[in-house]
Amino acid sequence: MSGGVDSAVAAARAVEAGHDVTGVHLALSKNPQTYRTGARGCCTVEDSRDARRAADVIGIPFYVWDMAERFHEDVVEDFYAEYAAGRTPNPCLRCNEKIKFAAVLDRAVALGFDAVVTGHYARKGEDGLLRRAVDPGKDQSYVLAVLTPAQLAHSMFPLGDTPKDEVRIEAEERGLAVARKPDSHDICFIADGDTSGFLKNRLGSRTGDIVDAATGEVLGSHDGAHQFTVGQRHGLGLKRPAADGRPRYVLSITPVDNRVEVGPRESLRIDRIRTAAPVWLGPERAGRFECEVQLRAHGEVYPATVTAEDGGLTARLHKPAYGVAAGQALVVYDPDRERGDSVLCSGTIDATTPAEHSYASASVIEGAAGV
Amino acid sequence: MAYLDHAATTPMLPQALDAYVRTARELGNASSLHASGRAARRTVEESRERIGEALGAKPSEVVFTGSGTEADNLAVKGLHWARRASGRNRLVTTAIEHHAVADAVAWLGDHEKADVTELPVDKLGRVDVEVLAELLDEHADAITVITCMWANNEVGTIQPVCEIAALAAPHGIPVHTDAVQAVGHTPVDFAACEADALTLSGHKLGGPTGTGALLLRRDTKLTPLLHGGGQEREIRSGTLDVPGIAALAEAVAHAVRTQEAESQRLAVLRDELVARVREAVPEAVYNGDPEHRLPGNAHFSFPGCEGDALLMLLDAAGVECATGSACSAGIAQPSHVLLAMGAGEDDARSSLRFTLGWSTTKADVDALAAALPEAVERARSAGLS
Repeated sequence: MSGGVDSAVAAARAVEAGHDVTGVHLALSKNPQTYRTGARGCCTVEDSRDARRAADVIGIPFYVWDMAERFHEDVVEDFYAEYAAGRTPNPCLRCNEKIKFAAVLDRAVALGFDAVVTGHYARKGEDGLLRRAVDPGKDQSYVLAVLTPAQLAHSMFPLGDTPKDEVRIEAEERGLAVARKPDSHDICFIADGDTSGFLKNRLGSRTGDIVDAATGEVLGSHDGAHQFTVGQRHGLGLKRPAADGRPRYVLSITPVDNRVEVGPRESLRIDRIRTAAPVWLGPERAGRFECEVQLRAHGEVYPATVTAEDGGLTARLHKPAYGVAAGQALVVYDPDRERGDSVLCSGTIDATTPAEHSYASASVIEGAAGV
Repeated sequence: MAYLDHAATTPMLPQALDAYVRTARELGNASSLHASGRAARRTVEESRERIGEALGAKPSEVVFTGSGTEADNLAVKGLHWARRASGRNRLVTTAIEHHAVADAVAWLGDHEKADVTELPVDKLGRVDVEVLAELLDEHADAITVITCMWANNEVGTIQPVCEIAALAAPHGIPVHTDAVQAVGHTPVDFAACEADALTLSGHKLGGPTGTGALLLRRDTKLTPLLHGGGQEREIRSGTLDVPGIAALAEAVAHAVRTQEAESQRLAVLRDELVARVREAVPEAVYNGDPEHRLPGNAHFSFPGCEGDALLMLLDAAGVECATGSACSAGIAQPSHVLLAMGAGEDDARSSLRFTLGWSTTKADVDALAAALPEAVERARSAGLS
């Protein structure tokens, strides 16, 4: 129970469904003051209090579990390492994979519990498949797609069939004070929301060039390639506008020589994506198949042809995508408008291929990933 | 439900509750001059006399406070401030104090540049008096105050406070003792011990939460924390809590009067609890001094289990206990007391405290013995995460 409205209602629903429920709040920092405050995130002392109050109202026992060390090792350190390698990680997904449905679930099962219940918006069908939530705006199946079938089998998502605004109304009706608490955004372990400053603190500053990808001309400088994300437009600090007067975007990041390449939006157009070894949640498929893929949390959905080969996935998108960063997950869905699209598998994006060009810029990213 | 956490708080004694309710119906500020005020004042002064009599203190040596924590802060900071001088800025404390003392000392160190010496303990959790003796031989002039708890709140070890006070007396160094866990549970005689200040708390001995007192010698100088009406010897300000004080006196008088018989009863029950825990979990380590300890305290480490997991499983089975002092719960910190006793971090995190009190019966021990084996088995399979 994060202290937010979703996990509170999920807990209440699990109780109502007849389960013997215990509320658990995860302490993710040895020093909770350093994490985001209650209005926006989770994981602070105030959030812990909100969670405890919700548990009181629901009438279930409540404990704080100290996961600070595991969280730091598996999520925060991974976050640094990925940025240092020129990739863009999704820490929420990593937290689900390593903490909530791994460390917490393992401990819970050992202590005699059957499942972890969370307030994620996703559905689990009777067929055991992970499906999109009813509320398309809130669907979180993307950040859950990293779970293994075994993890999924011990998970419950009671909110998947309800739109968020109804969950808030329900919270109000249940007398839960968190009913109107704002949704959490941003990254919980970056207290002031300044990701760039957070990375700079740890990874340091090192001046490097911002280069025009097409001409090789040095356009400006930056103080650390790890502060950029592919597709980023703002914060480049370029003094001169591009020759054509159009905005420039980060196209690639090369940590080895601390180089950031920029160019026009068209250069972000990609239509082929290669991933690392996938995790299969649905029935494993060999060879080539038609499906839909999603490339970031709450991102657009692309019809695609996916080939599972050589220990990874290759997705050919039927329409181009823009600004796809290595390190994000590619989640493959089997469309099902009736019961909700089901997750077939997911894989971490290793490389992308520009829509018209050859494989050149992808190799840059691959090289970066090896750092 | 089996409540085995009396060191956290113990139920109010019926006679203390009666005294509270009876007095709470009465009107009057004990500082007012009219009839109602005089009646309230009479209750306060009678209570002061009862507490003094029970603990070997003169009535004028009893300073009422709002909690044990307040009394500890008043003593540690107040004595240090009053004695601080050029060349004298050192507090002597122990490695096993409750946070109410430890954090007050740490604050003086951090914010007021006080020097701090922490006396070590042996593996039974008993403060090493020799270290103090050596310190006094060389640096007595530099010491403002010595504070050492009477009995430890986690492992129950009774401390050589009066030896410490006897060592300090010739040097004129005031000694404070946090006797929150001791009063009513082991003999405490303020006159016989040469300590200058002693903290007690209402809710640890059958009185109400929000009441406490500092026993303080008349001639010991102390700088107040709270300034205001000067109600308590100009040392502590704040309108006196007449019903709380009446109930506190009732509880202290009762707990001290029945202490010997009750201690024997509890020690028998506690020894049975210890035997049955060892029977159920042979590898459990019994912490603290097996002899010189509080009669209602049993403290164990369960190797391979996390204290928090055990607590949760026992709670679900209707048995309530603690992992350490309640203040450090929430986010688990290995107990500083066990670490000071030489335990490793894993042992310190695998500990549970069972504390018995006036309402404890054999049924509570039975409930623990019944629930413990399964809890330990599950906690062990969850391991130390």
